[in-house]
Amino acid sequence: MKAVIQTPEAYDDHVIRLFLLAAAVWGIVGMSIGVLAATQLAWPALNFEVPWLTFSRIRANHTFGVIFAFGGSALMGSCYYVVQRTGHTRLALGKLALFTFWGWQLACVLAMATMPFGITQSKEYAEPEWFVDLLVAVVWVSFGTVFFATLARRRIRHIYVANWYYGAFIIAVGLLHIVNNLALPVSLTKSYPVYSGVVDAMVQWWYGHNAVAFFLTAGFLGMMYYFVPRQAQQPLWSYRFSIVNFWALISIYMWAGSHHLMYTALPDWVQSVGMAFSLVLLMPSLGSAANGLLTFNGAWDKLRTDPAVKFMVLALVFYAASTFEGSMLAIKSANSLSHYTDWTVAHVHSGAIGWVAMITIGSLYAMAPRALDRPAMHSKPAMELHFWLHTAGLLLYVASMWASGITAGLMWRATNPDGSLTYSFLASLIAIKPYYWIRAFGGLLILSGMVVMAWNLWHTAAMARAKLIKPILVPLPEHIPDPVEGQVPAPLPART
Amino acid sequence: MRYKHFEAIEKRAGLLGVLTAVMVSLGGLAEITPLLIRAHSVTPPANVQPYDALRLAGKDVYVREGCYLCHSQMIRVLRFETQRYGEHSTADESIYDRPFQWGSKRTGPDLARIGGKYSDQWQRLHLLDPRSLVPESNMPAYPWLEKRQVDGLDVQARMRTLRRLGDPYTDEEIAVAPEAVAGKTEMDALVAYLQGLGLRSTASAEIAALQDDGADSETSGGAGTGAAP
Repeated sequence: MKAVIQTPEAYDDHVIRLFLLAAAVWGIVGMSIGVLAATQLAWPALNFEVPWLTFSRIRANHTFGVIFAFGGSALMGSCYYVVQRTGHTRLALGKLALFTFWGWQLACVLAMATMPFGITQSKEYAEPEWFVDLLVAVVWVSFGTVFFATLARRRIRHIYVANWYYGAFIIAVGLLHIVNNLALPVSLTKSYPVYSGVVDAMVQWWYGHNAVAFFLTAGFLGMMYYFVPRQAQQPLWSYRFSIVNFWALISIYMWAGSHHLMYTALPDWVQSVGMAFSLVLLMPSLGSAANGLLTFNGAWDKLRTDPAVKFMVLALVFYAASTFEGSMLAIKSANSLSHYTDWTVAHVHSGAIGWVAMITIGSLYAMAPRALDRPAMHSKPAMELHFWLHTAGLLLYVASMWASGITAGLMWRATNPDGSLTYSFLASLIAIKPYYWIRAFGGLLILSGMVVMAWNLWHTAAMARAKLIKPILVPLPEHIPDPVEGQVPAPLPART
Repeated sequence: MRYKHFEAIEKRAGLLGVLTAVMVSLGGLAEITPLLIRAHSVTPPANVQPYDALRLAGKDVYVREGCYLCHSQMIRVLRFETQRYGEHSTADESIYDRPFQWGSKRTGPDLARIGGKYSDQWQRLHLLDPRSLVPESNMPAYPWLEKRQVDGLDVQARMRTLRRLGDPYTDEEIAVAPEAVAGKTEMDALVAYLQGLGLRSTASAEIAALQDDGADSETSGGAGTGAAP
């Protein structure tokens, strides 16, 4: 055993604890609205004829609340955690980091409070109006500054692969956010995008698809690349493979957005390019999933003992499954059936609830005890309960939406022998109604899992709340000799 | 592959950032730039005109309420779609839509060619209480639309902003906007918008002409004056 020399510098975990708390709160808020929206589709009386409770207005609150408020808080918190640990350095620009926390929370509150009152750009996944967009842009640039400044003062020469993904996530999301939200304000509450018609459609889905690519994939892959080896207590299966996947993923993903617009008035060549790149994208996506899963080789027994590992393994399985599904749905003939139906909803949620939420929850369970100065989470049975609630909810949700989507898609295209259409639109709605109830029930299970997690985090945070927390000192790195020609240096050893 | 090629990037945060930015920009540049260039060189056909004041107010109500989350306005070039909804949608039809309203989900039917298919009264009742006309519908009711007045000055400001973005509104059209929407509710505006959907394309121009007599809520906004610049 080598003695680790400590510097007088300690990790900045305060901002991470704040983000942890915010993620737990927004998770519950965003998913509660999701359950309400799902129930409204099954039982429209739950719209209550109140404008700000109506499905069409709160649907954006659900997606924004879960993706940007919950996912964003978890991503920013974990990013600050990972960049410090992999660089053996304290966060640079601590005050700016604190500003990114409060700025992000303010943006989320403003967005969530304005959208139900009709203050919305109505661009899917980019609904908040221009003044919220401006605030988001400022916070995002600050976030990038803190991240890259911390990277610059790292004590480990190599930039660990998780940081590559976090870096790409920050750069690309900033770019997407600014280009897609270019608009001319009419007043404080209304603006018009500079793009119209076909161009707006292409820009919107370039944004929409790559928000999936960089917010919901690259960011969470950054999380995965740190916390999976950490929790498996083994080095990454292949460091080199992860680098190849990284460059392939970030350069191919940006081309695939046009697969959201197949058979539409978008020029044919753009649709075909989107389809081709969507299929090529299978390789880096499955590659990343395989790299994560294979890291558990030799540590599969942890599946029985560590609920965080359960979340991570299932997350990777769902990442592989939903990216495979995504590429298949980008094939024009499959898309003609699935588009406009609940199959898309199933696909999105197998990614969101399966991959994104599960890797986040797994990482939170791995990170929280360390950031909160506890040896472990407060309750392991509660983690187990959360896992089963989440998994059962996920399966009910995704299976019911697959069934609903395929049913509707087949009914829309069914024709009688004389060439006339077999079913009215209404007939398809009646046929899928039972699935809406199953979906709402699945959502309710997932939401209750989140409540269990929040309860568990609250008790784990006892030390932090009593302000008895001991700062964790930054270790000085061991000297790493220059690599011999052709040698891959071993990744960072797992710390215990 | 030699490891040192990776190593050069791996030890330099700045280089990593720049290369990442370059790689993520390629796809968007390749797909969006040609569309932008083409959009600037195409002049809209004469029969596709900017929304008149009342319909513009109606379109913005449609946008504000989030109708696009359940209704598409894009009939794909597939036989079962054109059979159900009518002639497929074309690019020039949405040239004045900011943001575009193609949608991504059909919880309700496509609305690209809904204009003129039902009476104004049917649309009104349906928005007030969808289940009174379609018992199995899961659409929310929008009773508040009837209680809110359209703000003429606001519509005028919107038209000015749209003109700055390139929509060919004339001074006269903007000047008469408050008059055109005076006393109208958001319900009137939304119904006018819905009744105009799909009547703008070249092939359905004749249908529009046939149905023109029934469209009492239409203010034609000076035919010809709003044509392509």
